[in-house]
Amino acid sequence: MAIALDINGKTVSVNAVPDTPLLWVLRDELQMTGTKYGCGIARCGACTVHADGHAIRSCQAPVSSLAGAKIVTIEGLGGAHPLQAAWVKADVPQCGYCQSGQIMSAAALLAATPKPTDKDIDDAMSGNICRCGTYQRIRAAIKDAAGLSG
Amino acid sequence: MTHIAKITRRTFMVGSAMAGTSLLVGCSLGDLLGMGAHTELGAFGPFIKIAQDGTVTVMSKHLEMGQGNHAGLAAIAAEEMDADWSTVKVEQAPANAKYYSNTLMGIQGTGGSTAIANSWMQLRKAGAGARAMFVLAAAQIWSLPASEITVKDGIVSHPSGKKAGFAELLPVAAKIAPPADPVLKNPSQFNLIGTDRVRRKDSTAKSTGTARFTQDVQMQDMLVAIVAHAPLFGATVKSFDATEARKLPGVVDVIQISTGVAVVAGDTYTAKKGRDALKVIWDDTKAEKRGSDQILADYKQIAAGNAGALKIQPFDVRGDAAAALGSDPLTFAFDFPYLAHAAMEPMNCVAQVDGHSCKLTFGSQVQTLDQINAAKIVLTLPGAVEIETVFAGGSFGRRANPTSDYAMEAVEVAKKIGRGRPVKLVWTREDDMTGGRYRPLTHHALAIRTDTDGYPAAWRHRIVTQSIQKGVPGAPSFDGSTVEGVRESPYLKATPIVDAQVYMPELPVTVLWWRSVGATHTAMVMEHTIDQLARKSGKDPVDYRRAMYAKAGDSAARHLGVLNLAVEKSGYGQPLEAGWARGVAVHECFGTVVAQIAEVGMVDGEPRVRRVTAAVDCGTAIAPSQIAAQMEGAVCYGLSAALFGEVTLKDGKVQTTNFDTYRVLRINEAPHVDTFILPSTNPPSGIGEPGTPLIAPAVANALLVLTGKPTSRLPFVKA
Repeated sequence: MAIALDINGKTVSVNAVPDTPLLWVLRDELQMTGTKYGCGIARCGACTVHADGHAIRSCQAPVSSLAGAKIVTIEGLGGAHPLQAAWVKADVPQCGYCQSGQIMSAAALLAATPKPTDKDIDDAMSGNICRCGTYQRIRAAIKDAAGLSG
Repeated sequence: MTHIAKITRRTFMVGSAMAGTSLLVGCSLGDLLGMGAHTELGAFGPFIKIAQDGTVTVMSKHLEMGQGNHAGLAAIAAEEMDADWSTVKVEQAPANAKYYSNTLMGIQGTGGSTAIANSWMQLRKAGAGARAMFVLAAAQIWSLPASEITVKDGIVSHPSGKKAGFAELLPVAAKIAPPADPVLKNPSQFNLIGTDRVRRKDSTAKSTGTARFTQDVQMQDMLVAIVAHAPLFGATVKSFDATEARKLPGVVDVIQISTGVAVVAGDTYTAKKGRDALKVIWDDTKAEKRGSDQILADYKQIAAGNAGALKIQPFDVRGDAAAALGSDPLTFAFDFPYLAHAAMEPMNCVAQVDGHSCKLTFGSQVQTLDQINAAKIVLTLPGAVEIETVFAGGSFGRRANPTSDYAMEAVEVAKKIGRGRPVKLVWTREDDMTGGRYRPLTHHALAIRTDTDGYPAAWRHRIVTQSIQKGVPGAPSFDGSTVEGVRESPYLKATPIVDAQVYMPELPVTVLWWRSVGATHTAMVMEHTIDQLARKSGKDPVDYRRAMYAKAGDSAARHLGVLNLAVEKSGYGQPLEAGWARGVAVHECFGTVVAQIAEVGMVDGEPRVRRVTAAVDCGTAIAPSQIAAQMEGAVCYGLSAALFGEVTLKDGKVQTTNFDTYRVLRINEAPHVDTFILPSTNPPSGIGEPGTPLIAPAVANALLVLTGKPTSRLPFVKA
């Protein structure tokens, strides 16, 4: 069935079975592949997007539940977001597969908490797995983007 | 035709100078396996392409799966070429064993931390050859002596003031015959290699969601396939009922393949729904039905000598160990579980088959093996199987396997679909976790007699572990990966009487190399045993190691070097606050020696590592920032396994199916890692794996200080 979604500021009509997770609508129907599949059970964070400013796991969000929500994906961050600049500056990514989700979780964190503590970073980011182990640089890049030293 | 002949001749000249292959019968293995491939080379050979605007692209024959090799490989060629590093690009080379074989493997493939090591001279020569062609072109155009012409940041110049970029000189340079033996820089002239200017070229793509992984491949009319796999290792399809699956709108086909039943649909979600709706009856007559606890118990029996017909294979036997050990030696035993690689991107492959032609698009790690396996299915020459290698979302060894398991599922389905229609075969996380190819479950049993100073006088060592290399084409009859790290250990060399042997039982559970391979268990065994011996003799573990290295001789000089550097940088010996302790480990892995000193405490009943000081001797350092990144990542990967990693089987069925039951390290548990590189003029060795296996013994050694209790099994935290 046709469902109207607000994605990155644009209204798009998608044709999906209502229980289809947003992740697969983004990836398979809209070809927005920046948002990744990692676990399918909301335990790895690779599929993180924003819905009305909150970080959500799109693999567990039925598309029908998101009609009317303002959805932002990694593509909607624009490329010049301070976190993306900090990510590049610190050479955070290794394989890179989890990084869209990491950046989206970090962006939601900074929007709510512009000067996060280490504890804030742990709380906001511990739902995002990075198997390459880029955590140290993720932490440093978040602080850099927030204008915090070390 | 003349044009092609000319290119071929050039290729041969540059190629033969660079490849260093042994042309035993005038034709290398790579030549044979490359037959059928159609790779167009430019004037600068297989590794360097120069666009009309002068932009230099370095062709990487190695998969980028996170380890940062693309940056290092490009830097090596750019250094010798004196190209403008800020504009140098990296591109993944096609599959072609003739041009792109790993010189340490004989086929095209990435693994064993060899990417930089095997490419070092090859890419230096490629870069120097291209540089020489531009210098000769300028000399010809300007009618000036080549010896007076220099190159810097992509600008060719002469003291007279004449100056030109690669773009201007390209038409002439491309017609110059590449020198067979170009002059290489003296390492003292390097201005890029070893500097912090060597940065990743893919960080922007990987921070904007635009990097292309297999999972992201989109093609016209592409189908998605998901397979129902056997719940037990060694089980096969007896029969299946696809009625419900076929009723789902969007399901295109249901196909039985050698490893299960594939549901093919227009999109991923439908394919998964279809797969879940299948009813499959499995034949488990030959399947493994033991639990992992039982397999381990059986391994302990084998180590004790109750091995039945299983043969024992010696790998270091010197002197009469039985007599020297006597009746009551010190004994140590270690148990290691199966480990899943659990790369962030579950395994997947896009295949297109049209008759006997086949194209694969995926994160291929050993292209030549994938070509050989695909060629058997579509009946063509391995070289004719086209592979476009894209970024891999991690691998840690999983994408390199002798059967090309997941990739061949894609080929089988695509063959049935036919007409070249693309099929993206994806494993769900559960398929990936339960799909086998694990780090082998392993048991070590040691008996040691020490001398009056507390150093080992006699050492008996038994290892029970599955062979990884069994069945790999061309693999030696003795699988050295089962004992690496024990066999070459300076501690064994320092011991006069040794009886070290291994058992390799065979069972249906599939195993594979897992980041740092044998060292994943041997480093823990050797380094934790040494600390226990040191403490039993009342010696400091660092002093004890230094004494053992002195006994072992010159081969342990690099061990001593990194140990001393780590001790200096970590503040070893200075007191920590109550509840925290340091643990040391030193290990050589794939030619690189690493020392790590970890600060460990107990937090919420679990070991917590807050800081790790790593010292590395990897020969010439190409990309220091990436060496540090690999240390940081390897510590996390190794610590994740040491703390939590354990694939369990119950009645043969894998119990750990996703990240809810297979716990992995998260940011709040990750230590800060400080990396220090030991200056070296040796050729570069690898860095992707060697940092992985030391953190487990470093933690165990710290816990020995904190609690007095040795560790005899991993993981530390039992689920």
